[in-house]
Amino acid sequence: MTGYIIRRLLQFIPVLLVATLIVYAMVFLMPGDPIRALAGDRPMSEQVQAQLRDQYNLDDPFLVQYGKYMWGVFTQGDFGTTFQGRPVLDIIRQGLPITLTLAAVAFVFQAVIGTIAGILAAVYKDSFVDRFVQVSLVIVVALPTLAIAFLLQLTFGLNLGWFPIAGTREGFVSYILPGIVLAAVSTGIVARMLRSELIEALQSDYVRTATAKGMKRSRVVTRHGLRNSLIPVVTFLGADLATMLAGTVLVESVFNMQGLGGQVFRSIQAQENTIVVGIVILFVLFYVVVNLIVDLLYAVLDPRIRYD
Amino acid sequence: MSKKRGSETPVEKLSVSNPWIPAVMSLLIPGLGQVVILKQREFGLKLLIAWLVIAIGPTLVMTPLRLSGTQVNRGAITLADTVALSALGIGVLIAAFAAVTAYRSAMPDSDEATAEAAREKPPEAALSFQDLRVSFNTEFSTVDAVKGVSFDVMPGEVVAVVGESGSGKSVTSAAAMGLIPKNGTVSGKVFLSGQDITTMDAAQLRRLRGTEVSMVFQEPMTALNPVLKVSDQLKEAMEVHGVAFGKDALAKGVELLELVGIPDPGKRIFEYPHQFSGGQRQRIVIAMAIACSPSMIIADEPTTALDVTVQAEILDLLRRLKVEINTAIMLITHNMGVVADMADRVVVMFQGEVVESGTAEQILMSPQHPYTRRLLEAMPKLHQAKPSATAAVEVSEEWPDQTQAEVDAEIAIEAKDLALAYKHRGKAMRVVEGVNFSVPKGEILGLVGESGSGKSTIAKAVLGLLDVDHGELLIRGRNLPSLSRKERKAVRKDIGVVFQDPAASLDPRFPIGEIIAEPMVVQKVGSPNDRKERAAELLEAVKLPRSVINRYPHELSGGQRQRISIARALSLSPSILIADEPTSALDVSVQARVLEMFIELQEQFEFACLFVTHDLAVVDQLANQIMVLEKGRVVEQGHKNQILREPRMDYTKRLLAAAPVPNPQEQRDRREARHKLLAAQGLNTD
Repeated sequence: MTGYIIRRLLQFIPVLLVATLIVYAMVFLMPGDPIRALAGDRPMSEQVQAQLRDQYNLDDPFLVQYGKYMWGVFTQGDFGTTFQGRPVLDIIRQGLPITLTLAAVAFVFQAVIGTIAGILAAVYKDSFVDRFVQVSLVIVVALPTLAIAFLLQLTFGLNLGWFPIAGTREGFVSYILPGIVLAAVSTGIVARMLRSELIEALQSDYVRTATAKGMKRSRVVTRHGLRNSLIPVVTFLGADLATMLAGTVLVESVFNMQGLGGQVFRSIQAQENTIVVGIVILFVLFYVVVNLIVDLLYAVLDPRIRYD
Repeated sequence: MSKKRGSETPVEKLSVSNPWIPAVMSLLIPGLGQVVILKQREFGLKLLIAWLVIAIGPTLVMTPLRLSGTQVNRGAITLADTVALSALGIGVLIAAFAAVTAYRSAMPDSDEATAEAAREKPPEAALSFQDLRVSFNTEFSTVDAVKGVSFDVMPGEVVAVVGESGSGKSVTSAAAMGLIPKNGTVSGKVFLSGQDITTMDAAQLRRLRGTEVSMVFQEPMTALNPVLKVSDQLKEAMEVHGVAFGKDALAKGVELLELVGIPDPGKRIFEYPHQFSGGQRQRIVIAMAIACSPSMIIADEPTTALDVTVQAEILDLLRRLKVEINTAIMLITHNMGVVADMADRVVVMFQGEVVESGTAEQILMSPQHPYTRRLLEAMPKLHQAKPSATAAVEVSEEWPDQTQAEVDAEIAIEAKDLALAYKHRGKAMRVVEGVNFSVPKGEILGLVGESGSGKSTIAKAVLGLLDVDHGELLIRGRNLPSLSRKERKAVRKDIGVVFQDPAASLDPRFPIGEIIAEPMVVQKVGSPNDRKERAAELLEAVKLPRSVINRYPHELSGGQRQRISIARALSLSPSILIADEPTSALDVSVQARVLEMFIELQEQFEFACLFVTHDLAVVDQLANQIMVLEKGRVVEQGHKNQILREPRMDYTKRLLAAAPVPNPQEQRDRREARHKLLAAQGLNTD
């Protein structure tokens, strides 16, 4: 088991290198001169420009730039500074709690609501409940995320006034609407996945054995049916938790939150490349770690799987 | 844009009553009332859903209008509120009405029924069916699965219910557990220790399951939950009924495992099902079934999926338990040998009806009904004389030297010191080792052994699906391991294959004609018209009408599908046929007809055949030579008469002794003989 984890962690190194290289290349080979963009309409002396170029290694060949940057990241935890001179780590430290809270709210929502909807649909298969769940999920999946965001803002934010619709000033409550929006599509997928898995599990022989023991239906479903059908759902949830970070780019912009996703969006516009690269590296790292956890969870859920 | 509207809403919100509150209330009162107070979950849920539509529906529709907040829609909004409010009123009325009727109809009814049941039937039998009828509503029609079945199972008695698939025997047993699926309707009565279970509700039935009646299923591989430890699954069987909890339950679980013959139960109870063999899993299922000492065990084909020697062990176990805990057993099977071994009485079912019943002696020795007779005749018998054992193959007694010298040119398959291995993480696991055999043209070699003996692995290697690890494997003189990819494909043209499960080995989306012609397409033989003609010819050869050509596999029965498999295997006129348990998924009477056809085809096409099976009686009918395998090694090989009638090795003797015969008297003698044999070989006789 330990050997397996070490092997997997070693696999991260090439993954991380390749991913960051691609991101770095994409951002830094983009047309346009960031120094010019920084200066804008104001005049900037040659000397200042040269100093900035030197500070950000802009005159080095691309690979050397990349090498210097990664060296800084991994030896000193230095993600560089923005063109305004602010350390990127500072920005990350500020935005990370917001983004993580948002992702956590969304994750809990999709896991809980998706699972409940999936179980109801499977247990009352072909009944009205099942169809109701299915149809409403199709609607949610089919609607563009933006439309869902505006609909929720309009209904629960403006008309009913239950939730704030922008910013994070009101604490946890302000994460609920954006969390739901972020989770909407995945909730539908989780529910449908669990429904089909559970229906299959409920027809299996071991569920029949459990019923023959005289167990209550609810206990048969939760203890015998659910655990077996959760395996693929957990895999999906894990992979989705990571892709969710990409979703925060849109949601944080719509809800005007100062998290990492919104930051990436604004930084791309302002050509603040160091911020983009720093945050994306963080996202990649997160993705890889979450995937490892999912694979380990797999062995917990299904004892037939052994890592050695 | 949105901010502007936001500033207007609070005003509007105050002026219009919030329709969600009455709507939700109207849902909760009648629906939850049903669920919580009257414990009628299904009805309550339906009520909830109905109100969801009626009460929330209009409010939901009106919400966008409300949100747009224009003056024009005021009237509509008020209308929605009115509808929601009136829905609340109607909801409360209906809830009251429903509550009263439900209370009246449900409560006294069940009391009367149980009282009536007690009066009607003195509780003599452990299980009694009285004119049981079960029908299923399918999409298109109603299917009567059981049509008026009546019989009793007395305490301590073993009653075998015999019949083929579709005879209704499994449905009958499901009715005894109250496990008929929702689309089934049950009429007639089923008494379990004097209680009529057809009138019981779900909770009452649940209390009986496990304590009064429990079940042992056919598939031990899937009957246990793969993700729960055996200890958990055993414990819950007791905890559900309050027999024992926690540590006590665990201790009793260990006792039970000991009782059913699991070695080292104290440690092994904490293992998962996949860490046990098939026979052991069936023992665990039996342990769970007897955990609450039920008075009745229903065993639905408990040994069908097991090897013969394991089958004999499980039957011994059931017989011992029957005496030790004094329980009645309803044994569902299609194997007359198992019936002879176990049953006191026999009930023969055919198409949902009981056609004959009586003591095991009567039914097996002097069957009256033609169907019973047919069943008995269809069962392949091991010790019947086989006239077609010709002189030519008798020579091969001293295998292999003489045969090889005589017909060297005509050897179709030959293995020399063959070893096969599965690769796992780069490490090779030898599963077959040191196997030598040769099959001359027109002969059948029977590969016999239990699961894990490597018989299917050898078949796989001959098909080229598994690389040879060591030794030589010659197909018509060409060594398979030394051939290139292209040459191998050419060799494969000469080999046909029939697999065990006809339902799984035919692509459900292909029409029959295309299934049969596919090997010709793959090997680019003939024009489309030729292929079609050939397919039609082959259908005739396997005795199916030509019209089947445009139909799909699901429209055919199991036996017909296996005929299609055989036709496909023969489509390239191969000189070699590999048959991997081709009849073990079929009913006995179907098996008999397919085997008959197989022999005819073999005489007609003269292919050499590797016939893999675990059924010694089937080999006896077909094969010329037999090779007995155990754990990847050859135990004994030679002419079938020598192997089956004068076995030399202990393992072969055990295999032969374990196969039950459909004669109660003879089977009793065989059973004792087997126990003596096992004792003589120094083995456990449990």
